[in-house]
Amino acid sequence: MKRVLLAVLIATMPALQARADAPITVHLKNHKFTPATIKVKANQPSMIILYNDDDTADEFDSASLKIEKVVPGKNKGNIRVRPLAPGKYPFMGEYHAATAQGVVIAE
Amino acid sequence: MISALIIVFREVIEAGLIVGIVLAATAGVPGRARAVSIGVGAGVLGACLVAAFAGELAGLFQGSGQEVFNAAILLLAVAMLTWHNVWMASHGREMARELKAAGHQVRTGERTLTALSIVVGVAVLREGSEVVLFLYGIGAQGTSAAGMALGGGLGLASGAAVSALMYFGLLTIPAGKLFQVTSGLITLLAAGMAAQAVIFLQNAGWLEFFTNTVWDTSWLLPDDGQGSLGMFGKMLHTLVGYTAAPNGAQLIAYAATIALILVLMRMVNAPGTQAQRPV
Repeated sequence: MKRVLLAVLIATMPALQARADAPITVHLKNHKFTPATIKVKANQPSMIILYNDDDTADEFDSASLKIEKVVPGKNKGNIRVRPLAPGKYPFMGEYHAATAQGVVIAE
Repeated sequence: MISALIIVFREVIEAGLIVGIVLAATAGVPGRARAVSIGVGAGVLGACLVAAFAGELAGLFQGSGQEVFNAAILLLAVAMLTWHNVWMASHGREMARELKAAGHQVRTGERTLTALSIVVGVAVLREGSEVVLFLYGIGAQGTSAAGMALGGGLGLASGAAVSALMYFGLLTIPAGKLFQVTSGLITLLAAGMAAQAVIFLQNAGWLEFFTNTVWDTSWLLPDDGQGSLGMFGKMLHTLVGYTAAPNGAQLIAYAATIALILVLMRMVNAPGTQAQRPV
């Protein structure tokens, strides 16, 4: 049952994949996000490409964005952001929350 | 040290609550300790493997390998929990009879031990891989490794303690009622996992309908694990799938899973299929 569901999902994948604007590049270095403030258009999906320039893994974590994405050290992660209502959505690097803080602003 | 404590505590609770429910659901079944131990062991081993190959895993499926992997193991757990509940429902009568008959051990649960072993395994795998990645990062940095190890150890101990409290709390329920309670808990657990799998599929870009937030109770009870209230919300999230700001697809998955399990349980437990069995 679940396998069938997954197969259907894979088959319909291209149709469901929404076209987003150009991805936004964010770097994580010394456990800090640059830029730490990310502006996206409200009500449409967007994509953040996170380059982790540190040697250690970190987790892009945001309860309000519903995203938990581990990005290994010296690696990149594609983070899909669902269409957002206008507002502020804070996020953090969970493994280094003291310094790795940022916010997505949808407008 | 504090951050290590909190992260490890959080991940251990998430896996530990599931282990506690599984242990309570199999109370009195011979061989369950072995099945659960194998599940935990395989989960820890798998978590180390996942952490080691995190880079490769992340690159799969156009950079969404991690989300797809998480969704897949959650759906596997949902399927196993469903099977367990349905199987228990079809053998509920025999079980009740054996319980009444002079304290015989409940052997009927044995058949689904493998399923529950897998559930324990994937729970430990998912939360464990995050802990391994986190702790590896601390080791690699070489800074205050002792403090982090202490924090991690304390987190592990306190997470295990909370899970144990949950388990012993469940055991105070009389044996006859225990199966009803645990099958109810397992149904909600499965529904919550299905809703979580939906999030991962959405983040992988595979599901893009009904993504609007239906309601938001994060002002009342957040589920982000921050602070004691957030931690309570996170526990409820693990146990019954509480989500502060669910979207439409999540609610559909949650309701559909509960409906599916209840319908299947009712079907296999229909009168006539059980009653005529020779004693």
